[in-house]
Amino acid sequence: MKTGAKILIEGLQREGVETLFGYPGGSVLPIYDELYDSSLRHILVRHEQAAAHAADGYARASGRVGVCLATSGPGACNLVTGIATAYMDSVPIVALTGQVPTLLLGNDAFQESDITGITTPITKHNYLVKETKDLGRIVREAFYIARTGRPGPVLIDLPKDVCTNQIPGENHLPDHISLPGYRPTYKGHVRQIEKALEALERAERPVIYAGGGIIASGASTELVEFAERGLLPVTTTLMGLGAIPADHPLNLGMLGMHGTEYANYAVTECDLLFAIGVRFDDRVTGKIQTFAPNATIVHADIDPAEIGKNKKVDVPIVGDAKAILQAMLHRMNRRDGRESWLEKVRVWKEKHPLRYRCDGRLRPQYIIQELSNILNGEGIIVSEVGQNQMWTAQWYRFKKPRSWLTSGGLGTMGYGFPAAIGAQCARPDETVFDIAGDGSFQMNIQELGTVAQTGLPVKVAILNNMYLGMVRQWQELFYDRRYSYTELPPVDFVRIASAYGIDGMRVDAAEDVRQALRAAIDADGPFILDFRIEREENVFPMVPAGAAINEMIGGHSG
Amino acid sequence: MKAHTLSVLVENRAGVLSRVAGLFSRRGFNIESLAVGTCEEPGSSRMTIVVESDDSQIEQVQKQLNKLIDVIKVSDITENEIVERELALIKVNAEPGSSRAEVMQIASIFRAQIVDVGSKTVVLEATGDTNKINALEKLLRQYGIKELVRTGKIAVLRGSKTVQSSK
Ligand SMILES: Cc1ncc(C[n+]2csc(CCOP(=O)(O)OP(=O)(O)O)c2C)c(N)n1
Repeated sequence: MKTGAKILIEGLQREGVETLFGYPGGSVLPIYDELYDSSLRHILVRHEQAAAHAADGYARASGRVGVCLATSGPGACNLVTGIATAYMDSVPIVALTGQVPTLLLGNDAFQESDITGITTPITKHNYLVKETKDLGRIVREAFYIARTGRPGPVLIDLPKDVCTNQIPGENHLPDHISLPGYRPTYKGHVRQIEKALEALERAERPVIYAGGGIIASGASTELVEFAERGLLPVTTTLMGLGAIPADHPLNLGMLGMHGTEYANYAVTECDLLFAIGVRFDDRVTGKIQTFAPNATIVHADIDPAEIGKNKKVDVPIVGDAKAILQAMLHRMNRRDGRESWLEKVRVWKEKHPLRYRCDGRLRPQYIIQELSNILNGEGIIVSEVGQNQMWTAQWYRFKKPRSWLTSGGLGTMGYGFPAAIGAQCARPDETVFDIAGDGSFQMNIQELGTVAQTGLPVKVAILNNMYLGMVRQWQELFYDRRYSYTELPPVDFVRIASAYGIDGMRVDAAEDVRQALRAAIDADGPFILDFRIEREENVFPMVPAGAAINEMIGGHSG
Repeated sequence: MKAHTLSVLVENRAGVLSRVAGLFSRRGFNIESLAVGTCEEPGSSRMTIVVESDDSQIEQVQKQLNKLIDVIKVSDITENEIVERELALIKVNAEPGSSRAEVMQIASIFRAQIVDVGSKTVVLEATGDTNKINALEKLLRQYGIKELVRTGKIAVLRGSKTVQSSK
């Protein structure tokens, strides 16, 4: 005989789960009681949203499935932003929610909410478990669905009686998973791969546009080899940073709204765009009609629905990025020539580098550059959302996949700190930094309690401009400097941290940056840095919303 | 824009209909009609969905449907030879006397059955393709339709071809 809660815990262990992030409540008491005796590590967060983000950070940093747990009703609803964040960025998490007993389902019972209904549009799949006998199968399916194909969040809603009921038998976890409606395609179609190679061979001005799919499928090595062998310049999306080392000569950095000028020029002028593991997001493409306007477009993606969704594609390839690149490398010869194109790209790079004004004042770009110099591509960098995120994307020199975690698709303020907690759990030996804005940090600042309690040595660098900076930037540029409700009063973050027993330091001058970063890195525990940066610094270059990506503003002014 | 007929094989699980319907509304696709019932494969149901869309959009509709875990197979059968039917129940004003006779005459021309006769109304049951039901409806309007229900279209391929579950 076994209870549902026991079957659940055994199911998690069977899937290799070691850590989960959660917050208790009445409906999940049977699960918490079972956790008490189990070998699973449970991290108690201070808000369920943070549990979802932490599971997400854990998943992105490790490549494994992250797990979060919340009670019914308000607990479950608090997960929603975190689940939506994971959904938009294709992150494999399994969210477990408590639910009122099956007898009360649909009666508006205390702390009931239709969480499967609420999360249907933001999960890859979800389940309401009605009977204990189905639980083992559902747990197995949930993990399988979350991690395979295009990864994504799966939710399992667990009525209290399903967890307390006992059912006979010892092993309730099936060996086989049968999902006739779910058969992801991994291997790219051979004929399509050949067509892509032929197009590449013919191209005179090719560019690779690589995204988060490269990171998710672990295809970085193949991508670099592919670029080198074919002499193909590579630009990555925000999600694809780290797929190719920042200092690789063929790397053009990020493209799109806050991308590099040279990446945006190269995409605009290319005659072949090899898009892989990307989804032609509007923050990348700008005005879609003028995105790679003269290029043959090859698009490789594991999700067939992404191909042709936003832009007409000439050569579609459905499959896993790694498998496709391997198949292409298998058939591909080393390429000569293309000197004039590579030269043109090199000149753009030289003439239009990213820049900022260096006048001794405390600039955010400098802080990130220094952090990048000190860590030298090691460590895990997490960001919040806003200017802090874009400056980090521009100025941190990522060298490895899974070293950069950010909310790209949903753009969730408050993501970074809890995601950093998850990443630190997944990779305890790494230095993990959350680069934050003062606005975003205050969205999940309560997680200081979590790091204080667990001692997780997460570092936070707050780029404190006392504004909701990115919104203020838009107001400055497009709303005639009318700063409507974007100013934040100064906050003494060091004292807040100290109230939790966490060390911190305030930094006002550029010359103190390096030493402060060192102090944070060398500290054994968590550490908060409050950088009082130039208040009205902007992120440039910038493509105004709806413009073509080669129509950037602020490119040269710095 | 044209009407596309999709035949969708789904697993018989709680919530499938709402997932499918939700997908349409969320992504701004327009459902003309949707009919669903169990089918020859145990544990599965077949939906016939008629959707107004252009060719590029219908491809996206199909791909998004295919992404649903409970959806086993999606086929656009619009361009195929298909047998399609709708069922309608129509309650028409038909006072005994001349109008009742006329209504009954129209019913017989359309091979519709009279399935109920009241003191002032009759109920017709008609099956046929959408055009036929439309035509019947139009003719009956002059007598006054008190109530009309239609099932929406169901369809199968002609001949021995089938819409099977291999995805
Ligand atoms: C949850 C949420 N609410 C609102 C926004 C809209 N938004 C985008 S950037 C931004 C300002 C961020 O300010 P801050 O965290 O201080 O970072 P900065 O831009 O100053 O670096 C806001 C409000 C958002 N992305 N997420």
